[in-house]
Amino acid sequence: MPKSQKEEAIEFLKQMEAFANNMKSSIGIPMIVDPKTNVAVWYDQRELNLKFMISIEKTRKFFESLSEGKLLATKCVKTGEILFPPQVDCPSSPESEVEWVELPKDGELVTYTIITTKPFSFSHYNDYTVGIAKLSNGVQVLAWVRETDPKKLRIGMKVKLEIVKREPEGYLTYEFVPV
Amino acid sequence: MGRKVAVVGIGHSKFGVRNDANIAELAWESIKQAFESSNLEPKDIQYVSVSNVGGWSGEPLPAVVVSEYAGLTGKPLHRVEAACASGSSAVFNAYNAVSSGQVDIAMAIGVEKMNESPTPTVVEFIGRAGNYFWEFENFGLTFPGYYALYATAYMSKYGANEEDLCQVAIKNHYYASMNPKAQFQRKIDMPTCMNSRYIAWPLKLFDSSPITDGSAAVILASEEVAKKITDSPVWIHSIGAASGSANLSKRNDFTGLEAAQLAAKMAYKKAGLENENTAKYFDVAEVHDCFTIAEIMAYEDLGFVKRGEGYKLAKEGQTYIGGLIPVNLSGGLKAKGHPIGATGVSMVAELTKQLLNKADKGRQATIKNGRAIAHNVGGTGHYAYVTILGLDKPKD
Repeated sequence: MPKSQKEEAIEFLKQMEAFANNMKSSIGIPMIVDPKTNVAVWYDQRELNLKFMISIEKTRKFFESLSEGKLLATKCVKTGEILFPPQVDCPSSPESEVEWVELPKDGELVTYTIITTKPFSFSHYNDYTVGIAKLSNGVQVLAWVRETDPKKLRIGMKVKLEIVKREPEGYLTYEFVPV
Repeated sequence: MGRKVAVVGIGHSKFGVRNDANIAELAWESIKQAFESSNLEPKDIQYVSVSNVGGWSGEPLPAVVVSEYAGLTGKPLHRVEAACASGSSAVFNAYNAVSSGQVDIAMAIGVEKMNESPTPTVVEFIGRAGNYFWEFENFGLTFPGYYALYATAYMSKYGANEEDLCQVAIKNHYYASMNPKAQFQRKIDMPTCMNSRYIAWPLKLFDSSPITDGSAAVILASEEVAKKITDSPVWIHSIGAASGSANLSKRNDFTGLEAAQLAAKMAYKKAGLENENTAKYFDVAEVHDCFTIAEIMAYEDLGFVKRGEGYKLAKEGQTYIGGLIPVNLSGGLKAKGHPIGATGVSMVAELTKQLLNKADKGRQATIKNGRAIAHNVGGTGHYAYVTILGLDKPKD
């Protein structure tokens, strides 16, 4: 079986580290010398892991409603504007309250792409399609589309929003399914 | 209207994998040339704007590190970020400082060291450059992916195909082969482009700009100072700037970048030009071809041709020297390389060279109108800057 992009990336980093460790043993410096260009770089001895704590308190209802199978947006009470991603403030009418509304599930694909070269933190997935669809109430949503064959995808095709569990992480999110 | 502002000095490093120089050393390559070309010294500079996006590189405060290395400590200094348009943002800042009368001499320095991190990390950082939680966290978009959303919509609406996109790559590699500062010196042909693997369908590896290290610098001066130090100032006629929504799903149209259209309109208005059929005003253009589709949209967003006609310019070779308007004679982001924070500054440096007939052999435009245009987009139309340069002093 061919290596996943994640395995390739990790293997590459391990090779770099091994090279630097060898240099530390021999000359006491974590140096990596590029065999093609003979250029030396310092292999960083400090590591920074980034994992953010993202505030969702004000839009908590959106997340909690996913387990009820609902995808919510907010609506400016005064102007009727529907906001997705949900936000609790209306810039077009700052004094307006917002209320939660359920989004319709059916829509049409506006555009799409199939991601083959993935970011590191997505490199454990198979190729995935990201699309934007316009729902029947005119709101546009960006999400994965459950179809990765470009021949079976086209702009204007009918799709349906589904709440799904994203594996292997095991958390609720939403995606489009061709109808 | 503020004071008139001229480009009086330019510098440009070799773009590419530049592991041989740290961020300050790399910036200095351009800063030094900018001083030499203007006969100015660090003590003459009154204001410094450094563009660097960073994240992938080690220095969290690159502006102070670059400034100290270049003998600029003590000057008013800041770092600007407008994603891939950061460089134009730095130029805009320096321009405003001179135009407003706050200072007489300002410097914009763009530098980026993308190769300090492994490629998957860089792909991750650029992929996060949108509306992080709603586009990346759950859906893992990549930078090619964002532009691919535009490519799919554009091709479907106007009937452009993947070969039309590849024409842009072929042209830009052709001109880069004559630019010693470019990352890629190799010409490519249609099969090379068409047979390259998909990175974000319908975009392929050869539709995409590379991961690049590099720097560029420009020195801007007021009319009085410019007169004293150079016989050949290149004037900034106008800069238009605009922005687009963070989240792509908030946009109505995926066949052009609204921010770029707004920035172009503003730049044309300030320069006293019409905003249709605009190719006739310019001898040469540098446009933001982070992906081939981006260059095609730029032709339209800048008003060179009508909406839906941009891909035909590529197909017919109208953006080579001798065509309707030569575009990206530097090789563009596609083949010169795209060190994010340096790109916008590089465009102004390149067009200054072009207008002064100092470009390398084979890639010098014929200068008749004495006017050039730079189009620099940050993110996926999140930021946009359009800068018009000219040999004639701008009108009052």
